[in-house]
Amino acid sequence: MNWLSDDAIARLRDISEQPDLTGSHYEMVRELGRGGMGIVYEVRDARLERSVAMKVVDDEWRAEAKIIAALEHPGIVPVHDAGELPDGRFYYTMKLVRGVRLDAWASQGHARTERLRVFARICEPVAFAHSNGVVHRDLKLENVMVGEFGAVLVMDWGVADIAGTPGYMPPETTRDARSDVYALGAILKSLLGEEAAPRTLRAIVERAMDNDPSKRYENARELGDDVLRFLDGEPVSAYRENLLERAARWLGRNRVLVALLLAYLVMRVIVFFWMRL
Amino acid sequence: MTVAPFPTTRRSVVLALASADAAERTRAFDTLVACYWKPLYKYARVAWSRKREDAEDLTQSFFTRAFEKEFLATYDSAKASFRTFLRLLFDRHVSNEWKAGQRIKRGGGEVHLDFDAAEAEIGRDSSTVTPEEYFHREWVRSMFALAVERLRARCAADGKEVAFAIFEAYDLDDDRGVTYRELAVRFDVPETQVTNFLSAMRRRFREVVLEALREVTTTDAEFRKESRALLGGKK
Repeated sequence: MNWLSDDAIARLRDISEQPDLTGSHYEMVRELGRGGMGIVYEVRDARLERSVAMKVVDDEWRAEAKIIAALEHPGIVPVHDAGELPDGRFYYTMKLVRGVRLDAWASQGHARTERLRVFARICEPVAFAHSNGVVHRDLKLENVMVGEFGAVLVMDWGVADIAGTPGYMPPETTRDARSDVYALGAILKSLLGEEAAPRTLRAIVERAMDNDPSKRYENARELGDDVLRFLDGEPVSAYRENLLERAARWLGRNRVLVALLLAYLVMRVIVFFWMRL
Repeated sequence: MTVAPFPTTRRSVVLALASADAAERTRAFDTLVACYWKPLYKYARVAWSRKREDAEDLTQSFFTRAFEKEFLATYDSAKASFRTFLRLLFDRHVSNEWKAGQRIKRGGGEVHLDFDAAEAEIGRDSSTVTPEEYFHREWVRSMFALAVERLRARCAADGKEVAFAIFEAYDLDDDRGVTYRELAVRFDVPETQVTNFLSAMRRRFREVVLEALREVTTTDAEFRKESRALLGGKK
């Protein structure tokens, strides 16, 4: 028997790692990426004549995959099919998402309002998952895809024993809806970048990323709603305004009305003085 | 959600060790020896720092005793993988022999093993790892080498020697400079055929290595776990 070097073994392992799709209706196209949970490939579904994404994970994450498959939401990539490979690994196929990763999208110079609207859309599927008892555990810019028309898809759900990614991980070790809120706060902070954000917006980030989980938003819905309130010029729950700030916000929100009123008053003053002449 | 059917092959030779059929027991034992003798011999030499002749005797006597006493049939998959069970048994065997302070004399019915080849392989290895990691690594090498030899034999039987030779030259040889074009010239086949041969051989290799693994595991759960240990992921 010939000697197999460590390099040859590494190559044979790579060869063996490729999913064996013989006898199935899938054909391998290419590897799309790999992470802590598994490897994602583009495969061709010969029956339906379309390309789909196939995620291959170790068997221990089979249960997680089934939970994800049960989450039906426009912001969560739908699972089409699942099964076991000959080597015992578990796979599931999903819609092949075409779009831009949020980290790339964020660097494209979109207006702050647009970035905040996209952020609020990220909160929706996360909130939906929270209401179904599912926690993401690894929310970050790289796990969100933005479609051509601003549609948002949150990827890589529910990794069983992954703590998260530095920068997005809360100080506590337990993982629940509030730890996802912390990660969402980190995403919001990244989306705002270095620009000087209004105090209310900073307060939203600070509350989402509070070191004390009990002081954070209870779930993604509350956080998303606060961001939408900010966008609509309404008071946010994360910040108590003083009278001056409330007046300034009212003025900002009712800019047109105030402008019309001012125009009306100016006209009245002009007419008043003209009549006196 | 549907579960796509994929075929599984071959029954476990570990289970066949407890067969009432003596011939089946012998065949099963031979398969296990083929998979494990080199890792155990090297483990005795490197992890236990035994001299060559001692390691040879330990390996021979371990398998001879295992066959005679049939203690491999006592394996319980709920407790550990067969690989770990075997290594722990071997540890105990070496330790008992050391306590007895004497070399076990080779008896009749010993298995014939090519220790010169195993010894030459140890000389090529210079890395430092824990004894468990070393045994694991050598087990991986042994399983892959077994699968390569099985694939070679099957290709010879099917008249596909050229396909295997291309696989050997491209994927097993450490000369990474070889190109598809060079292989096409060397084996006198079109370049596109090199791609096809490699693809087919890699697919068959995957099948053969998994088949070999299924033989030395007992349950689906153990197979899945050992599959990750063999092919990547957790050790």
